[in-house]
Amino acid sequence: MKLLYFAWLRTKIGTGAEEVSPPDDVTDVAGLIAWLGTRGEGYAEALANPALVRVAVNHEYVGSEHPVTDGDEVALFPPVTGG
Amino acid sequence: MTVRVQREDFDPGAEIAALTEDKRAIGGVVAFVGLVREMAGERPIEAMTLEHYPGMTEAKLAEIEAEARARWPLEASLIVHRHGRLEPGDRIVLVIAASAHRQAAFEACNFLIDWLKTKAPFWKLEESGGEGRWVDARDDDDRAVRRWIEE
Repeated sequence: MKLLYFAWLRTKIGTGAEEVSPPDDVTDVAGLIAWLGTRGEGYAEALANPALVRVAVNHEYVGSEHPVTDGDEVALFPPVTGG
Repeated sequence: MTVRVQREDFDPGAEIAALTEDKRAIGGVVAFVGLVREMAGERPIEAMTLEHYPGMTEAKLAEIEAEARARWPLEASLIVHRHGRLEPGDRIVLVIAASAHRQAAFEACNFLIDWLKTKAPFWKLEESGGEGRWVDARDDDDRAVRRWIEE
């Protein structure tokens, strides 16, 4: 699974992109975020408040119950501020 | 009909001319140009860096534009959004809507910039006093986009 991080999630986690293989019991966005939070201090800090984290799976905005699977591109980022 | 995400500046007049050339059905063109303000609230800023999600950004902008074209009878439309480091006074974004009559052009342009601000994956980092600060999403941008859903 390809993970992408943007804005302050990227700076707190310390990378903009990585390939991960989550354990089998990670089946949805909420599970993925919970698992990522255990991977280190930067992850825990970046994901401490899931209400501030927006998620896109394969370029589509999704909610916390959306399924995630191996071939997905999952992006985590704060609320957008363009324009 | 067209969306572009680019580092380079754009020329609003040249973009309007190119977009409307030979389209004689157009009776009104409305353009919005967003600029980098020198102040972030009470703090002066030296620069602003726009980060985006290549691939998803273009897809979302195209979706937003398609939604506008489904709601209003547009003859032409354009969204150009810059990324990278910009300084106060620099242009950030250009939205153009053109229609046979002005009302559709005004409304579509307004809609496009409201939706873009809440749906296109861009993030602003402000530099102030040598420090970087990520801009928070604004509640009034959310309110602005909701009026297009409730109507």
